[in-house]
Amino acid sequence: MIVVELAARLDAKVLCGSEAALGRAVRGAYAGDLLSWVMGRAQAGTAWVTIMSNMNVAAVALLTDVSCVVLSENVTPDEALLVRAAREELVLLSTPLSTYDACWRIREGLADAAVL
Amino acid sequence: MPDVVRLHYDVDGENFMAAGEASSAVKNVLRRLGFGEDLVRRAAICLYEGEINMVIHANGGAIDVSVSPQAIEMVLQDQGDGIPDIEQAMREGFSTASDRVRDLGFGAGMGLPNMRRYADSLEVTSEPGKGTRVLMTLRIAPV
Ligand SMILES: Nc1ncnc2c1ncn2[C@@H]1O[C@H](COP(=O)(O)OP(=O)(O)OP(=O)(O)O)[C@@H](O)[C@H]1O
Ligand SMILES: [Mg+2]
Repeated sequence: MIVVELAARLDAKVLCGSEAALGRAVRGAYAGDLLSWVMGRAQAGTAWVTIMSNMNVAAVALLTDVSCVVLSENVTPDEALLVRAAREELVLLSTPLSTYDACWRIREGLADAAVL
Repeated sequence: MPDVVRLHYDVDGENFMAAGEASSAVKNVLRRLGFGEDLVRRAAICLYEGEINMVIHANGGAIDVSVSPQAIEMVLQDQGDGIPDIEQAMREGFSTASDRVRDLGFGAGMGLPNMRRYADSLEVTSEPGKGTRVLMTLRIAPV
């Protein structure tokens, strides 16, 4: 499953992301809002599901090398986060789903793609 | 590559929205030098946690990174208030972060534990009222 397929499964808006970034494989998911938990635990290539919307999200996403950031609960990113994400070609998705439901659908997507 | 690559960054204490820029820059340099994903990732995590701590807890500081064929050494030095009890600060969950900073997602008390986990060695020295020095080393496995 690639990022743009994940976006469709999550009924998510693609807020930003280059074509290359949207074509990246999704290898799993990590959910969390406390940045140093995410920093220490999120694996490269996973989708990070969070309700945090400030610019530090971009730094953590880039350093952990996650495949995309999924903002759950229809969270809208701060302008500064959007600008930084666009500049760094980081994918930001916004979904109406809760964090739980988003993770559930990611799991389904991975199972359908036989990643799991 | 030259024998030792040295990098220096001054970290602004005011602007914690932009924090992480030095860590990103170092990550890119390490990638370009051809280090493996895992090493680059561990170095980036360690440096980011140290960088953000200087911004949040010490009003900024300086980062010096040196990369030799044997190791990546990262020194973070600040002139902040220091850490009165380092053992306590190293504990998972311990944090003195303000509510304002917690609202941004910091303050889990996991930064120093992350550094200890991902660096091969971590040395924290601090003098209350004068500042804190963090030294982290990541060994480079011979190829
Ligand atoms: N450079 C520093 N100067 C002064 N105090 C520091 C410094 N670095 C860490 N501390 C102290 O050590 C505590 C623990 O640091 P740690 O990085 O583990 O957690 P945190 O920064 O509070 O939260 P998190 O890193 O999870 O966002 C801090 O809350 C602070 O009291
Ligand atoms: Mg910290």
